Amino acid sequence: MSALASRQRYLPALVTGCLFAAMFVAGGIRYEGFASGQVILNVFVDNAFLLVVAVGMTFVILTGGIDLSVGSVVALSTMIAATLMSGPGWPPYVVIPLVLLIGSGLGLVMGYIIHAFDIQPFIVTLAGMFLARGLCYTIGTESVPIEDATFTAFAQTRIDLFAEMWISPSVIIAAVVVAVAAYVLHYTRLGRAVYATGGSEQSALLMGLPVGRTKIAVYTISGFCSALGGVLLSFYMLSGYGLHAVGMELDAIAAVVIGGTLLTGGSGLLLGTVLGVLVLGLIQTIISFEGTLSSWWTKIFIGLLLFVFIVLQRLFSSRSSR
Amino acid sequence: MRRLLWPLVILAALLAVNVLFTPGFFSIQVREGHLYGSLIDILRFGAPLILVALGMTLVIATGGIDLSVGSVVAISGALACLQISQDAGVFTAVVLALGLSVALGVWNGFLVANAGIQPIIATLILMVAGRGLAQLITDGQIITVNDPAFKLIGGGYLLTVPFGILLVLAVLAVTAFLTRRLALGMLIEAVGGNAEASRLAGIRARGIIVMVYAFAALCAGVAGLMISSNVSSADGNNAGLWIELDAILAVVIGGTSLAGGRFSLAGTVLGALIIQTLTTTIYSIGVPPETTLLFKALVVTVVCLLQSAAFREKVFKRRARTAGAQEVAA
Repeated sequence: MSALASRQRYLPALVTGCLFAAMFVAGGIRYEGFASGQVILNVFVDNAFLLVVAVGMTFVILTGGIDLSVGSVVALSTMIAATLMSGPGWPPYVVIPLVLLIGSGLGLVMGYIIHAFDIQPFIVTLAGMFLARGLCYTIGTESVPIEDATFTAFAQTRIDLFAEMWISPSVIIAAVVVAVAAYVLHYTRLGRAVYATGGSEQSALLMGLPVGRTKIAVYTISGFCSALGGVLLSFYMLSGYGLHAVGMELDAIAAVVIGGTLLTGGSGLLLGTVLGVLVLGLIQTIISFEGTLSSWWTKIFIGLLLFVFIVLQRLFSSRSSR
Repeated sequence: MRRLLWPLVILAALLAVNVLFTPGFFSIQVREGHLYGSLIDILRFGAPLILVALGMTLVIATGGIDLSVGSVVAISGALACLQISQDAGVFTAVVLALGLSVALGVWNGFLVANAGIQPIIATLILMVAGRGLAQLITDGQIITVNDPAFKLIGGGYLLTVPFGILLVLAVLAVTAFLTRRLALGMLIEAVGGNAEASRLAGIRARGIIVMVYAFAALCAGVAGLMISSNVSSADGNNAGLWIELDAILAVVIGGTSLAGGRFSLAGTVLGALIIQTLTTTIYSIGVPPETTLLFKALVVTVVCLLQSAAFREKVFKRRARTAGAQEVAA
């Protein structure tokens, strides 16, 4: 840990930040109308849900775990919200807390199983992924539109900033989540316990930190963030569908890793995750600006970028450990 | 044998459920010189999963994991079908597809062994990019081929037995011989137990790691040929989708720990058969297809809980204590 102290700690996030800036400059030179503030804001608008999900994933990965269920929990949340609002006509202020509660509950159960029965997180959250996706299809196999007046009005609100730039309310929610999570991670006991558990579970135990409670807490946080991500996605899509957010767990993991958090746990910054999501979003923006590129190039680019990042990280971390 | 007990019980229970709903479930007939029956179907449709899971077993035994096999399945099928649709000949197509698969596996192994990247991330790269690569090969289309020789691999019969089953048996036999009759299996377990210690003991840990990833990719490549040959087409987007998760599940259900250091080929085959039987059972007992995943989540949770020592200790206390004593004695 001492090797990663102070300056070293910010290095991976700094590299990601530089890459983001470089990509933005390159895009600005290549495409007309690219270099505007709204393009960056749109990246936030289009990826607010991914940002929230990735924040939850950061907590889990920092403890050295992994959560494969997030994409399915996002889909389940959109499905429950849409069905309850369109069928029995429940109001959004009842539905949204309920959805958040269900997501956190799922996370809590998974965290408990991982901690109490000592089963690998990969397998437990994989079962959680099947469960949540299965529940989606059990509720319905069709896409359910959301027509609730309050909900749609909120979803379509534009918050005007200066110079004709605007953001959606989802961006503000995501920003609040990021701020709260950053505070929790870097300035509270829970945050310290998260880093310590990921650094070395054995040492954390010997120091008397509540390792079990921390592990259960991070999966609950991740479940909550996924459910909130689901609510934001239903603002964005205005529908609930079992096939929403397929593979989002991989995007979230990729964003966290690109942001410089080590999968072994114990090292990483929340700021890095935000930059990771921005980089992923900017790749998609560039590909849509390019126009002629097929969608599969997106996948190949993201793969290549992951590769470059991991190799860079590897180089830095091996230098600092010497 | 004790490790295989729970998987065997689960498989037997699943088969028993099937017999209750379909009385003729165990009957196997020879029709037009071909073997027919539900059990044969389970083996035939489960063949690609068993192959992928066999490769995955060795990777997991070294303490790694390979998320890219699903993409390799798609790439291999896509390349083979592309070659055949361009009149390249089945043999060339198969050799090229398998060659590319092995090359991708070596790439994975190189990232893990030489660059020292965590296996899950190293293979995530190919998992994401590989899907794109498969679609690039097929140009986003579904390539349909009509070639009797290619059809044999996944849909054909040899000596009344489906060819896919024979292929699996052959790969299983070779793998079992190499790992259990020669020292290779022990070397793999040594690397999984402690890579650094095994290197100090004179084992070429890096070579072994590259080899297991190449083997996993080769198995995935063969599975890709089977899947695309069975439906006579290549779909870069959907072929082998999520098969890596099923394969990892099969390995874990079969009693191989994700921590590495030991493995059980028989357990993996049992695990893959459980997953395939589960799919068949869902159809035969008339569970609505929408709830398939729920059912799967339930079975996976039950199997994993049964295999967790901590769970057994909490639930049936007395039995766990004697089992624990035996483990210590062994």
